[in-house]
Amino acid sequence: MKPVILIAMAAALPLTLGACELDRKTSTQNGYRGTGMNTVIVKSGEAAEDVPAPPYEMPDTEGPRAGDAYENVTVLSDVSVDQFNYTMAALTEWVSPEEGCNYCHNPANMASDEVYTKIVARRMLQMTRAINQNWDNHVQQTGVTCWTCHRGKNVPDEHWTLPVDQTPGIVGNRNGQNRPVSNSAYSSLPTAAVARYLLGGVPPDAQEIRVVSKTAHPSAANTLSVMESEPSYAIMMHVSQALGVNCTYCHNSQSFQSWAASNPPRETAWYGVRMVRDINLDYITPLAPIFPKNRLGEAGDPFKVNCTTCHRAQNKPLGGFPMLQSYPALRNGPIGEDMSLAPLVTPSAVPEVPVEEE
Amino acid sequence: MARYQNIFTQVPLRGAPELGVAMYPGSDERIQGTSHSTLLGRLGQAQIGPIYLGWTGIASLIFGFLAIEIIGLNMWASVGWDPIQFVRQLPWLALEPPGPEYGFQPFVPLAEGGWWIIAGFCLTTSILLWWVRTYRRARALGMGTHVAWAFLAAIWLYLVLGFIRPLFMGSWAESVPFGIFPHLDWTAAFSIRYGNLFYNPFHCLSIAFLYGSTLLFAMHGATILAVGRYGGEREIEQITDRGTASERAALFWRWTMGFNATMESIHRWAWWFAVLTTLTGGIGILLTGTVVDNWYLWAQQHGYAPSYPDTGVADPSLLGSPGQ
Repeated sequence: MKPVILIAMAAALPLTLGACELDRKTSTQNGYRGTGMNTVIVKSGEAAEDVPAPPYEMPDTEGPRAGDAYENVTVLSDVSVDQFNYTMAALTEWVSPEEGCNYCHNPANMASDEVYTKIVARRMLQMTRAINQNWDNHVQQTGVTCWTCHRGKNVPDEHWTLPVDQTPGIVGNRNGQNRPVSNSAYSSLPTAAVARYLLGGVPPDAQEIRVVSKTAHPSAANTLSVMESEPSYAIMMHVSQALGVNCTYCHNSQSFQSWAASNPPRETAWYGVRMVRDINLDYITPLAPIFPKNRLGEAGDPFKVNCTTCHRAQNKPLGGFPMLQSYPALRNGPIGEDMSLAPLVTPSAVPEVPVEEE
Repeated sequence: MARYQNIFTQVPLRGAPELGVAMYPGSDERIQGTSHSTLLGRLGQAQIGPIYLGWTGIASLIFGFLAIEIIGLNMWASVGWDPIQFVRQLPWLALEPPGPEYGFQPFVPLAEGGWWIIAGFCLTTSILLWWVRTYRRARALGMGTHVAWAFLAAIWLYLVLGFIRPLFMGSWAESVPFGIFPHLDWTAAFSIRYGNLFYNPFHCLSIAFLYGSTLLFAMHGATILAVGRYGGEREIEQITDRGTASERAALFWRWTMGFNATMESIHRWAWWFAVLTTLTGGIGILLTGTVVDNWYLWAQQHGYAPSYPDTGVADPSLLGSPGQ
């Protein structure tokens, strides 16, 4: 054979490895011997080191309440003034480190609700408390803070919006799939699986992930086609990629369906799916009228969360670092009602204690 | 030097082209032209042609071309006719079958899967015509029709996947998309939906025959190459007139495992293993969803799959409302 052809073939050989993950992996047995139950994790940096330190030493929880000291404090009204300022300082560093307080506040009148981001932030504080209080079957006692999602960005990098139905011509219908996007783990599986299962507020059947029959033989109870099973496969791939784990982290591949053969993280994930639906349905979607155009997707819906928003390829976000411990105001206290769409409050500028910045 | 110890395609002959036996009465004209390729001579016969197309060959190529065109142009259209994106995204692109809402109707809007049905029809026609061609050419040469029947075994699996099983299930949505990654994703989704295909005994048989085929192929290929220096590749002659190559090859296997296939029977072994791979595979696919809906549960019921200790994890959907 001509040397040129040989060299060209040899040079092309590494291309066949283009889709392979070359990083070092660790594999740990996580189930009964001989069943192939292993957790495979790609070694990544220690996330705890990336977590920002508190702005200053955590202050006292004693003293006057923020709701009494400041005007128009609705969510964090029950915490001490010192705690309030400390939380605000941390929050600024997490969400708007470049813009500072003015990203949400009118510097001339800190109490005013005229900047839309303040309304959003208030709702997000309610959400954070709700997650930490009500969803401990997912977030355990580790909990979440603004940083868990935001990571120093106004809008968390990992978000999604509703797909816009493209009306295809007579040729070239992709059937809602066959497009490598992150939400379907760059597979050719349906791209709208995240939208279908994580939007929340849709009829139970429409967001039912389970596709496997409960009977050995065919019955009317399950007539789903293979094509209709692909979105379920796609959402599982999303979870897998979001958490940086393989299927057998949760499931026994002997039977993906069987709970008695599954590992405990599958329960945690089950609650996580419900938590994400709750977040999107109750806390994010209703904010649509408040956001400006550049904060909305093609379908006019706000940027929503999925598993990646917090997890970022780790089975525990931030490597399980218990960041919330340093910010008790984000866990304890009443959640309160949604006031996002209430008439704007623009109290007259009154002298008040300025919010401290580090 | 090892290269002089084996007469395998080492010396491509170049002379008057070999045109073979006279044509069978009633045959179409064949393309008489031949050429010579030294490069192909390294892999096999250096003489190219004469090719016999006939009406089945021509019709098969036309239908095959139509199928590839329908699939390819739909894929290209799905990236907005962008040639670069067509190449970049090609492994992801597909022509999808009709959705479940259309059942097994023959007429479906083109964009909704109609193209898939037409492409499938053209591809099937092309394959069946090619099958007729392999059968008729074998007869014309006075050969047995083993190649045609082996090909038909593969066509059986293809038809079960794309037509016979969807017919029984009453839904095109059960069939396989045309596309590289999409058909692989279909395979995995199929196994997920029907409770793990690895517990389908016919899937097991198919895998056993598939792996058995590779083993037999490796053993046979290795044996013949190993006795090539004694003319072992002239297998057919050695069936009737065993020479030292055949004797040594047979003795090697009797020494190592006490038994040897004969120069003839090894080919029957190989043929049956290959053919049974797709025959059993097709049966396994056909039973899925029609007779068995969850192979894991079926295997548990029949003592076919082992049970492992309960992990103690319970279905949270049975534990009441979450998170409140």
